[in-house]
Amino acid sequence: MALRDERVTLAHGGGGKAMRDLIEEVFTSVFQPPGMEDQARLTEAALAEPGARLAFTTDSYVVTPVEFPGGDIGKIAVCGTVNDLAVGGARPLWLSAAFILEEGTEVALLRRIVATMAREAEAAGVRIVTGDTKVVGRGACDGVFVTTSGVGVIPPGREMAAGRVRPGDVAIVNGVLGDHGATILAARGDLALTSDIESDCAALGHLMADVIAAAPGIRAARDLTRGGLASALNEIAQTAGCGLVIEETALPLRPEVVGLCEILGLDPLYLANEGRLVVFVPEAEAAAALAAMRARPEGAGACVVGRAVAEHAGQVRMRTAFGGARIVDMLVGEQLPRIC
Amino acid sequence: MQAWRIRVRGQVQGVGFRPFVWQLARARGLRGVVLNDAEGVLIRVAGDLGDFAAALRDQAPPLARVDAVEVTAAVCDDLPEGFQIAASGAAGAETRVTPDAATCPDCLAEIRGEGRRRGYAFTNCTHCGPRFSILQSLPYDRARTTMAPFAMCPACRAEYEDPADRRFHAQPIACPDCGPRLWLEAGGAELPGDAIGLAAARLKAGEILAVKGLGGFHLACDATNADAVDLLRARKRRPAKPFALMAREEDLARIVAVSPAALAALRDPAAPIVLMPARGSLPETLAPGMAELGVMLPYTPLHHLLLDAFGGVLVMTSGNLSGAPQVIGNDEAREKLSAFADAFLMHDRAIARRLDDSVVRVDPPMVLRRARGQVPGTLPLPPGFETAPQIVAYGGQMKAALCLIKTGQALLGHHLGELDEALTWEAFLQADADYAALFDHRPQAVAVDLHPDFRASRHGAARAGRLGVPLIAVQHHHAHLAACLGENLWPKDGGKVAVIVLDGLGLGPDGTVWGGELLLGDYKGFERVAWLKPAPLIGGDRAQIEPWRNALVRLDAAGLSDLADRLFPAAPRDLARQLAAKGINAPLSSSAGRLFDAVAACLGICPMRQSYEGEAAMRLESLAADTGPVPDLPCVGGAIDPAPLFQLLAAGERPDRVAHALHASLAQAFAAEARRLIEAGQAEAVALTGGCFQNSRLATMTRNFLADQGILTQGRIPANDGGLALGQALVAAAKLESN
Ligand SMILES: [Fe+3]
Ligand SMILES: [Mg+2]
Ligand SMILES: [Zn+2]
Ligand SMILES: [Zn+2]
Repeated sequence: MALRDERVTLAHGGGGKAMRDLIEEVFTSVFQPPGMEDQARLTEAALAEPGARLAFTTDSYVVTPVEFPGGDIGKIAVCGTVNDLAVGGARPLWLSAAFILEEGTEVALLRRIVATMAREAEAAGVRIVTGDTKVVGRGACDGVFVTTSGVGVIPPGREMAAGRVRPGDVAIVNGVLGDHGATILAARGDLALTSDIESDCAALGHLMADVIAAAPGIRAARDLTRGGLASALNEIAQTAGCGLVIEETALPLRPEVVGLCEILGLDPLYLANEGRLVVFVPEAEAAAALAAMRARPEGAGACVVGRAVAEHAGQVRMRTAFGGARIVDMLVGEQLPRIC
Repeated sequence: MQAWRIRVRGQVQGVGFRPFVWQLARARGLRGVVLNDAEGVLIRVAGDLGDFAAALRDQAPPLARVDAVEVTAAVCDDLPEGFQIAASGAAGAETRVTPDAATCPDCLAEIRGEGRRRGYAFTNCTHCGPRFSILQSLPYDRARTTMAPFAMCPACRAEYEDPADRRFHAQPIACPDCGPRLWLEAGGAELPGDAIGLAAARLKAGEILAVKGLGGFHLACDATNADAVDLLRARKRRPAKPFALMAREEDLARIVAVSPAALAALRDPAAPIVLMPARGSLPETLAPGMAELGVMLPYTPLHHLLLDAFGGVLVMTSGNLSGAPQVIGNDEAREKLSAFADAFLMHDRAIARRLDDSVVRVDPPMVLRRARGQVPGTLPLPPGFETAPQIVAYGGQMKAALCLIKTGQALLGHHLGELDEALTWEAFLQADADYAALFDHRPQAVAVDLHPDFRASRHGAARAGRLGVPLIAVQHHHAHLAACLGENLWPKDGGKVAVIVLDGLGLGPDGTVWGGELLLGDYKGFERVAWLKPAPLIGGDRAQIEPWRNALVRLDAAGLSDLADRLFPAAPRDLARQLAAKGINAPLSSSAGRLFDAVAACLGICPMRQSYEGEAAMRLESLAADTGPVPDLPCVGGAIDPAPLFQLLAAGERPDRVAHALHASLAQAFAAEARRLIEAGQAEAVALTGGCFQNSRLATMTRNFLADQGILTQGRIPANDGGLALGQALVAAAKLESN
């Protein structure tokens, strides 16, 4: 308990006793059982199956504020990497976690983050098996940065890739769009905004497993992160070489998010999510996939948003409420005003 | 015998020029030959010319535009007896297509007369009729137009082949025996009987009709029937945007004040919509809050027949879904317009490309929308650009139009619309291919706007990459500047001009959003000398839709936050102010357009939301009355501060006088700064450009303040983004050369 109510100092990254105490007290003790080793040595029977493949991914997480309604950076760091594995068709198994801490960060905050990570990992059925900590001087980073890497196993015969999407396939998302992005905007310390919106942050490994079981012909899935649904769909359209059409009236949007977007002048299609994905399934399996999603809490708001078409290859279009069609592009950078 | 070689340049192909030459020559007993080639028309002739060369210019057919008649002596031993029209042979010949043209008096007389084309809706000749709207590919002949499915009857064939006939080589020639057919349909079934008579009766009864015209479908209803107008507004979900009208000449005076200039514009073969002061005799709902009405004359036989049968004034608004472009296909119309129209006046001649009605103003003269009847005409480039490389420029995002330059000529494409709209985007791609073919164009450079997220900019970047040619990104208002100079044939090395650019938005080189600038520059470069004091654009593009946002930032800046709180009680002011203060999606902007929105909002003109682009500014223009104080706007370090206008408002000045003050103060402030540049010897002339100068009050006032100066303005090319691409091309050409 030597670290209680303290703040992180440069000594905690110095390699001496202070560092060892921090690691043991804050990290390894929480991530047990069975403990976190400097180098994880793993056995996995599933890998021995002929045709099974290893999935391996990594992501760094930075978010301001570090804690927000519905989660914190630790939750995003676990869920984000779990979701990366899951949408590739893998069963997520193990994570690493590396922390970059700004001098002066409250240890209590760190404990909360780590507790979240442990809880989320357990819920997602993954183990955090290795990690690292560095401390940098004030201003060299913003509070806490977390990098997680994840390993999972793709069972034999499972092929999910954006390139497999073909005309006629149905696009399904697992819930309302933009809650995470809207929450972060509203929670920014410098914007005094009261809002009931919470981050959608969630691990989607179990949901993906259920969808795959219900719709074995599933073509592809993508988690919606930065750039929102619009960016994920553009990536799929370009990789698959087919067109995508989404229906404006079918898009699941919370009125509060729409309202916030109107005031801020942002398009919810581009807002970030941390617990949302889009799957493409053959039309015949759409109902089953939808039902499987809806059976889980993190998919309760699932709905069909559109489909793949043979026309306008590589382009995403939205059929508007009035029956027109608008092109939904990937943005180069920030949303800049365009009206002249 | 003395022989001559006569070269005629200009718009001389596809307009009946060769038969005209043939008739002139035969009347004068000349022998020789006339032919089309890549440079225009070539005449080789022997005999006593007399007034022949002058007549080529003076008596040219209605649709011809003769730029030059060059006569050189020649030796011609091989000339035939008599005078002949040679078939077109050389490559590149007859690739020019003239714009669509309104029904000529001769054809109108025929459809109203007793001959075989009496009452025939597709009558045309070499002096009128469809051209670009039916063109599918080049060269321009019937087989490559949407007239191809209609085999000419012997009677039409005889006219087509007779050089003495008005229809000699009129590609869309048709008659009731062989040409397109008109019908009225409702509920998916064709109605028996006279289509025109049935349609007119339904319009009389207050119904809404979809009418297939030249460049797209219109929705028509009785303009004097307020219920019909309301019904059309409700069905189209178009609460306030003005409806265009179509009226016969004899009905004009009842509805609008027609000046001689307006009448000339109306009668032009382009037959544009002309904005004219309303007389107040029609329902106010046709153009709510507007002092003007947009009216066009009937421009096809179909329109003439319909208006003759109807006997009144019709609303003729574009047939489209909200936000989407005009419908052009029959099946597309049935699918998309069934919710709006009670019946369809249809025909079976396909429309090859969508061409909206052009829109003009005459006082001062300006083109608001350049489309049907005005394209694909070419424009000469200014001196110094004769040897400019071939360049394609892709324009802006909202009023997209592209431009090609080649051999000292520019081809500025038609108004396409907003490029995120999928059909408009497809039209943009089609236009890119069409104009390249029309102009036999091989770009050596590509010019685009600085804005990376304009679809046109991305398309240009990709094309430049594929072609391996330079991509030149041109600042938005530099392009406006160059378009204005270019239209006025300002020489490439003519010196610097003080250019007042009052506009909506354009990305500035400093990363802020420009739109109210005094630039000093030329085609090659510019500096920003003065600007409207920037204010945050709260919510980016959202600020364009919701005028109160602009009012809030201007009132706050003027120390009138209390007034803002009183004026906009329902608006989320606190949050908006936080966004502005923290710079969250609130880029600084010097946009003049947004200042108009701000003042309009303060006066209660659609403060919370505009129902169409430009609504607030247009209503403000209509509201303004020529009286009252005109506050000076201080210019500090180049920044022109509009705060005094809001003080005037706070002092309780009458709305019409505040509206006037905005126009006058802005004109005066920028004119004064421009004048200083002239007087300091830094600028050779003053130019006015940008979308705000489509406001005739602002344009007139600015001109008046600078009446003693040489002023360049835009009369034939839109001062808004419809003319942007021309400027981009010229800037690119100038920059390429200086490298
Ligand atoms: Fe502009
Ligand atoms: Mg990743
Ligand atoms: Zn005619
Ligand atoms: Zn015929």
